[in-house]
Amino acid sequence: MNSFFKGAACGLALLIHQSLPAFAEDVTLNAIFMKQAAYSEDDTKAMAKAFEGANPGLKVNLEFVPYEALHDKIVAAQGAGSSGYDVVLFDVIWPPEFATKGFLQDVTARVPKGDRDKVFDGAWTTVDYDGKIWGMPWILDTKYLFYNEDMLKQAGISAPPKTFEELAEQAKIIKDKGIAKYPIVWSWSQAEALICDYTSMVGGARGSFTQDGKLSFDTGGSVEAVNYMKKTLDDGVTNPNSREYLEEDVRKVFSAGEAAFAMNWTYMFNMANDPKESKVAGKVGIVPAPGFKGKAEASAINGSMGLGISAGSKHPDEAWKFITFMTSQETQNKYAKLSLPIWKSSYEDPAVTKGQEKLIDAAKVSLGVMFARPMTPSYPELSSILQKNIQQVLLGQASTDDAMKAATKAAGRLR
Amino acid sequence: MRRSLTATILVYVAVAVFVVSILAPVAWLFIMSISDANDLTTIPLRWIPEQPDFSRYARLFSLEEGSAGLAFLSALRNSVVVALSATAIALAAGIPAAYSFSRFPGRMPLLYAVIVTYMMPPVALILPLYKVFSTLGLLNNVTSLIIVYCTILLPFVTWLMKSGFDSVPVEIEQAASIDGANLFQILTRITLPVAAASTGAAALFALLLAWDEFFYALLYTSDTRAKTLPVAIADFAAGRATDYGLISAVGLLAALPPVLIGFFLQKSLLSGLSAGSVKG
Amino acid sequence: MAPAQQDRTAWLLLTPMIAIMVLVTAFPLLNTLWLAFTDASLTGQGYMWQWIGLENFAYILDDSDFRAAVGHTAYFTVLSVSAEVVLGVLVALLLNQEFKGRTLVRALLILPWALPTIVNAVMWRLIYNPEYGSLNALLTQIGLLDAYRSWLGDPATAMNMVILADIWKNYPLIALIALAGLQTVPKDLYEAAIMDGANAWTRFWRITLPGIIGSLSVAMVLRAIEAFKVFDIFYVMTRGGPADATKTVSFFVYQESFTYLRAGSGAAYALTVTAMSALMISIYVFMLVRREKRS
Repeated sequence: MNSFFKGAACGLALLIHQSLPAFAEDVTLNAIFMKQAAYSEDDTKAMAKAFEGANPGLKVNLEFVPYEALHDKIVAAQGAGSSGYDVVLFDVIWPPEFATKGFLQDVTARVPKGDRDKVFDGAWTTVDYDGKIWGMPWILDTKYLFYNEDMLKQAGISAPPKTFEELAEQAKIIKDKGIAKYPIVWSWSQAEALICDYTSMVGGARGSFTQDGKLSFDTGGSVEAVNYMKKTLDDGVTNPNSREYLEEDVRKVFSAGEAAFAMNWTYMFNMANDPKESKVAGKVGIVPAPGFKGKAEASAINGSMGLGISAGSKHPDEAWKFITFMTSQETQNKYAKLSLPIWKSSYEDPAVTKGQEKLIDAAKVSLGVMFARPMTPSYPELSSILQKNIQQVLLGQASTDDAMKAATKAAGRLR
Repeated sequence: MRRSLTATILVYVAVAVFVVSILAPVAWLFIMSISDANDLTTIPLRWIPEQPDFSRYARLFSLEEGSAGLAFLSALRNSVVVALSATAIALAAGIPAAYSFSRFPGRMPLLYAVIVTYMMPPVALILPLYKVFSTLGLLNNVTSLIIVYCTILLPFVTWLMKSGFDSVPVEIEQAASIDGANLFQILTRITLPVAAASTGAAALFALLLAWDEFFYALLYTSDTRAKTLPVAIADFAAGRATDYGLISAVGLLAALPPVLIGFFLQKSLLSGLSAGSVKG
Repeated sequence: MAPAQQDRTAWLLLTPMIAIMVLVTAFPLLNTLWLAFTDASLTGQGYMWQWIGLENFAYILDDSDFRAAVGHTAYFTVLSVSAEVVLGVLVALLLNQEFKGRTLVRALLILPWALPTIVNAVMWRLIYNPEYGSLNALLTQIGLLDAYRSWLGDPATAMNMVILADIWKNYPLIALIALAGLQTVPKDLYEAAIMDGANAWTRFWRITLPGIIGSLSVAMVLRAIEAFKVFDIFYVMTRGGPADATKTVSFFVYQESFTYLRAGSGAAYALTVTAMSALMISIYVFMLVRREKRS
């Protein structure tokens, strides 16, 4: 035991030498980003370095956390009253909550009037709540319909589906011809990913999440969406494992060449085309997610993220300078390989489009029709309610009507 | 005791089953760590990778700025410092407490009160403590983790050691006290060595609990200066392109230090006490 | 020692432990206690709160989702802890036999336990993967299964599969503690018993078990407390799904206070969970004490 204690004592001694934050006369901004951001960690660091180079005296301290921890860390730092982070990356579903609870600073006055028209409307909804602006959109992302070009050719299908009905029909053909056992794969695990696919479909059915100003999920587009999900499962065209899949599982199944169709975020396009990661490289087709027949041509979910100034920041002006730099057209065009810019005119710039023309073509349509998830300060709880009830339908534990009525009722009781 | 041949064969078969059940999942982890992404998504499953790929292990030992290796190695250092320090403090405070509970009965409600704090879901304590550490400037510092972990380790170190001391007969201590030894000498020279098995078990238990803790560490640390292994592993597991091979490799390497410590502690853990010196 | 002096020594020995526990946990505990009687919500300026008395607790009594979570947690705790104890004792008895390579085989006990929970959870998630997992591959290749199954996507199997993963990681701990306990059982007791004609079964119940029950029951209670608080493994493996089938109380408390930012009711849930855990443990300790008094 003796040497054991000695080791521990050494450990304690080491502690005392732990580095303390350096004191500098310059302003240091603390910023929290996430690991899963469309931009890679290296790209984000390079952007921050470029910012420091252009602004002597300003330093940026970057922290990267998993998406699952991002909300909790922002909330913990602010709630505990520490000034913590100056710049925070937030998901599109958080502004109502962050705005009402005072986690973010209102930046409406800081956004140049001229910029409003140059950026996609869908991007603005990411940072907009209650008529005010709470940050700048940074990552513009939505889910597309990916398809395996070889499989479609083999099945004699000339063009990818334009409607959800067509998608099911084509999938049926592919299944019947024995080309793929389960042609479509989705991320319908009990998680936000499920709500993203669902929302896209509700948008594609021109549905709405409110009725007479109240949250409502038991009529119209919402019911149509859930019925469609369930039917594709019953018909055997949707991979039944979708009910436990997240986005990464979808990517693996599609990249292994087992699915003809997959719904996923922008990032899958370049990864599914990477031979090291994928067996279908070079055969990846991408189109906007379809709409329902007679309702919409295309559908898309707003899965964007924005950069905001946290309420406790002591350096809001410097923080805004950094945000402006990170979201500028120049910076975004330079790193457009993993995440597409928020600026409309970038999509005509050859420097951005080169090598990813297929993606850009789909993006031009999708980004214009991005549909938002319900806007409410209690969104996290609402999402849990929807996840549970939709899953009950998909698992055959409840009928669509019963489950969606239950969801509406629970939503009405939100505290 | 003599064993029949049948019994011997049965023992070996049972041992084989045990060994396979422990090693099979870990072996799979190892296979994943040396397979490339395409091999892992082949159906039917390819049990042995076509071309073993050890590049992840190489990556985990690189020391370049911002590399996976730096993240892993600093997390390893932090985890070792945190787990050893917290265990040492918990033992230093828990052993006398356990001895007191065992030898001077009548304060058991206090022990139960301590154990009840251990029943509290950590989520309930995490925010108030965050506030405290933030005020003290101890966020993103291993010290805060050591302090928190002490309170997690203390209740059961105390309890486990108490049950260990209970099985040490008072008579052998009385003999020593007649010889003029003071309490401290009795505790360190007589009682502790006799209760070595409990001490070893408590130490190992404490060490692994601290090694494993995730939720506090996730919220209280933010970079390589303080992130511990579970947090670093969660970081590897995040990211849009999850490399399961890399997670497997990190996981295996993370298990090594406790396995080594456990291997060396085994002697004290399982030291057979001479029959008769202790009553059953 | 004189009684007064004894008392002083006893308290002196307890001081370091008490000091640490009080310094670190007193404030958070009082804070939680206070929050539970408010409607506090977490905001950028700290807590916004109003005193609401017992309202949170009244709400909990009426919360069917929470009752379901308690059910899942109880199921998890009972099944995993009892399986761990039975397996642990059996393996301890096995590893206490004489055989070649015993030291090495015993060291294997540390391995599952040393894998961080996060890694264990990811590992089993991959083993259970419906398409590329080794479990489906293995079971179909040896003919035990006709078609691949979705282990974690099916409410009927998800919980049990997580329990299996938890048992694999945690039973070695019980085995190790039981094994350590076995070393303290004097060999001459067995020899005497054999002389008296007691068979192996009787020897186990009369000599072995009483010899290890002390440390074993402590280990069991600690495992039960841990199991009742279980969080990480579900966080990685199922996040409460499918359709809430694996949502446990800790997950509930986590969602309430962190995801929904309702610090007040989150604290009330936390206290309720603690009370249930304490009740469960005190019943057990009470039974243990009675058993000791009888024997």
